Amino acid sequence: MNRAQQTRAAGPSLAVEIAGLHLKNPVMPASGTFGYGEEYAPFFNLDELGAIITKGLSLRPKAGNPTPRIAETTSGMLNAIGLQNVGIDAFMRDKMPFLRQFHTPVIVNFFGNTLDEYGEMARRLADLPEVAAAELNISCPNVKAGGIVFGTDPGAAAEVVALVRRHLRQPLIVKLTPNVTDITVMARAVEEAGADAISCINTLTGMAVDIRTRRPRLANLTGGLSGPAIRPLAVRMVYQVVRTVKVPVIGVGGIMRAEDALEFLIAGARAVQVGTANFVDPGAMPAIIAGLEKYCREQGVTDINQVIGSLKTEG
Amino acid sequence: MEQDLLMTNLKTTILSNQEVAPGYFRMRILAPGFVTSARPGQFLMLRVLDGMEPLLRRPFGIFRTGWLPADCQGLPPKEYVEILYKVVGSGTTLMKDLHQGDGVEILGPLGKGFELLDAPEQILVGGGIGLVPLFMLAAQLVKRGRVRLLMGGRCRDDILAVTEFERLGVETYVSTDDGSLGEAGLVTEVLVRQLERLPQAAVYACGPTAMLRAVHGICAARDVPLQVSLEAYMACGVGACLGCVVAGAEHTEQNPQYLCTCKEGPVFRAGQLLWHKLEEPRDVCGCNEEEP
Ligand SMILES: Cc1cc2nc3c(=O)[nH]c(=O)nc-3n(C[C@H](O)[C@H](O)[C@H](O)COP(=O)(O)OP(=O)(O)OC[C@H]3O[C@@H](n4cnc5c(N)ncnc54)[C@H](O)[C@@H]3O)c2cc1C
Ligand SMILES: Cc1cc2nc3c(=O)[nH]c(=O)nc-3n(C[C@H](O)[C@H](O)[C@H](O)COP(=O)(O)O)c2cc1C
Ligand code: FES
Repeated sequence: MNRAQQTRAAGPSLAVEIAGLHLKNPVMPASGTFGYGEEYAPFFNLDELGAIITKGLSLRPKAGNPTPRIAETTSGMLNAIGLQNVGIDAFMRDKMPFLRQFHTPVIVNFFGNTLDEYGEMARRLADLPEVAAAELNISCPNVKAGGIVFGTDPGAAAEVVALVRRHLRQPLIVKLTPNVTDITVMARAVEEAGADAISCINTLTGMAVDIRTRRPRLANLTGGLSGPAIRPLAVRMVYQVVRTVKVPVIGVGGIMRAEDALEFLIAGARAVQVGTANFVDPGAMPAIIAGLEKYCREQGVTDINQVIGSLKTEG
Repeated sequence: MEQDLLMTNLKTTILSNQEVAPGYFRMRILAPGFVTSARPGQFLMLRVLDGMEPLLRRPFGIFRTGWLPADCQGLPPKEYVEILYKVVGSGTTLMKDLHQGDGVEILGPLGKGFELLDAPEQILVGGGIGLVPLFMLAAQLVKRGRVRLLMGGRCRDDILAVTEFERLGVETYVSTDDGSLGEAGLVTEVLVRQLERLPQAAVYACGPTAMLRAVHGICAARDVPLQVSLEAYMACGVGACLGCVVAGAEHTEQNPQYLCTCKEGPVFRAGQLLWHKLEEPRDVCGCNEEEP
C-alpha cells in the first residue's frame, strides 16, 4: 500500500494543533453548555471529543441570576445564567477526578470579577497539570462586574490578558465577545498582550418580551443570544479575526451540524466549539465529528488542515 | 476510556396521539427501555421536529409506560411511554398535529422521581395537568396500602384520567372551581378535610405553583410529609445549562443555594425549597385561556 492508500484506509486525519495543544479532532463543547463533562458522559464516550471545556469557573463559587434564566427565541435562545459555578476548589475536588478518566485534554474556562481575581485564578490554574489549557472569558455579557468592561475595551482587555499570561503556564485561549463595534480591534489587542489563541464568539446581548404579561422574559431583563440564529454573524467575525491575527482562532456560534462547523473551518477557524446544539441533541458533537470525516472523504481530502482557511474569495 | 453509556437520545415513532379533553392530548410513543427504567415522577425531553423550529426540547412528565401486545408476526412485545399534555404554545401546537407513524425524539427518563414513603395513608394532590406524574406513583403506592387522589381543576375539562386511577384501586375526589364536575371549590379545601381525618398521611403533589404553595402551608402546619413535583424552563434537561434552578431552603442573598429542577428534581421534599421564592413558569392549569 502506498501512503495515500494507507490514509484512505485509515480515514482522513482530523487532528489539529492549537497553541501546542494536540487535538484528535477540531470539535469541542462551548463553555457553559456541557456542564463539567459528566452530565453528557451517559450519552457518548467523552474521549471522542477533541477537547473538553468546562463551565466558566471563578475563584469562589458563584450563585448566578434569579429565574427565569432562559427563553427560547426564533432559532435560538437567550440565557442569563449569571455564571453560576462551583468555584475552582470544588471543581478540582468534585469534578476533575471524573474527567481524569479520559485522555482528551481538559480546558478550563474561567473569569474573575476584578483584575486581582483574574490574576489569582491564573496562578491557581498554573499549578494544575491536569488542566491542558485555559480559556479566559472576558466576554460574558451577563454579570456587570464579570467581564463586559474587560471584553469591550481594548486597553482593559490587554491588561487582563497580559496579567493572566504572566501567571499561567498552559496555553491561553482568549474568548471574545461580539458585543463590540469592531471585533478586530479586540482581537489585535489580546494577541499583542499574549493570547496564544482566540475563541469567538460568546453570546450576543439580547432581550425578549412576554406580550401577555408585558414583562421581560428573563428575570435579568437581558441575556445572551446563542444558537443557529447567530451563526452567520459568528462566521463573519471569525473570518475577520482570522485575517487580523496570526494566532489560531476557534469558531463558536450556532453550530448544529457538520456543515455549520465546516463553514467556520473554511473561513479559517482551526477548531470549533459546539454550544446550544448539545441541549437540542446530546449526540450533536459525535455526529459533527462523523460528518467532518464524511466530508473529507467525499472531497478527497486526507487531512482536515487542507480544509482550514480554504475559503475562495476570488475567481 | 470505556464506560457504560446509560442513556441515548431515542429517535422513535408515535404510536398514537389523541385529544382526550378539549385542549388536552395523550401521546403514546415507542420507547424501548422505558418500562424497566422509568420511575414515578421522572420526565422526558421531547424534540417535536427534527429542525430548528422550535429549537429546544419540551419537558413532559411520564404518565405511564407499558408493553404493546405481541403482534401476530410473533415479534417480541414492544415498550411504550405515554405523555399527557396541554396545548399552550408553539411546541405543543405542533405536537397536537402529529400522527401515528410520525418520528419524534425523546431523551429520558430524566430527573429524580418520588420517594415512596411507608405511611398508613397516601394522598396524591393533582391540579390540572399536574396529575401526570402521579399515575405511576399511584400504581406503586396501591401495592402498599390505601391511596386517595384529590384532583382539582378550573372546570370539568381539566379533570383527566380519573377513571384510570380508579381502575388502579385509587379513591378519587374531584373538585372544580366552577363546580362543573365533582365538588365546587379548591382541591386544597378537600385536602384540609382529608388531613383532619388522616393526620398520619403522606402527601405527594403536582400542579400550579399557587396550589403547591397552599398544599405546603397545609402540610407544614400539620407536620405531614410532602413531596412536590415542580416545573421550570429547561434547555438541556440533564444538569448542564443551569437554566432550570430553584432556590433551596438554605438560600440567602449572601449564601445562594440553587437546585437544578431537571437533575435534583423535578420532585423535591417540601423542606428542600425556599417557598416564598418559588415562581410559576406558566400557569398550565387554565381553562379556555385566550391567547393574546
Ligand atoms: C418536569 C416537567 C414536567 C412537565 N410535565 C408536563 C406534562 O406532563 N404535561 C404538560 O402538558 N406539560 C408539562 N410540563 C410543561 C410543558 O413542558 C410546557 O407546557 C411546554 O414546554 C410548553 O411548550 P410550548 O412550546 O407549547 O409553549 P411555548 O410557550 O411556546 O414554549 C416556549 C418555551 O417555554 C417553555 N415553557 C413554556 N411553558 C412551560 C412550563 N410550564 N414549564 C416548563 N417550560 C415551559 C417551553 O419548553 C419552551 O422552551 C412539564 C414541565 C416540566 C418542567
Ligand atoms: C446556557 C449557556 C451558558 C453559557 N455559559 C458560558 C460560560 O460560563 N462561559 C463562557 O465563556 N461562555 C458561556 N456561554 C457561551 C457559549 O460558550 C457560546 O460562546 C455561545 O453559546 C455561542 O455558541 P452556540 O451558539 O453554539 O451556543 C454559555 C452559553 C449558554 C447557552
Ligand atoms: S435544564 Fe439544563 S440544567 Fe436543568
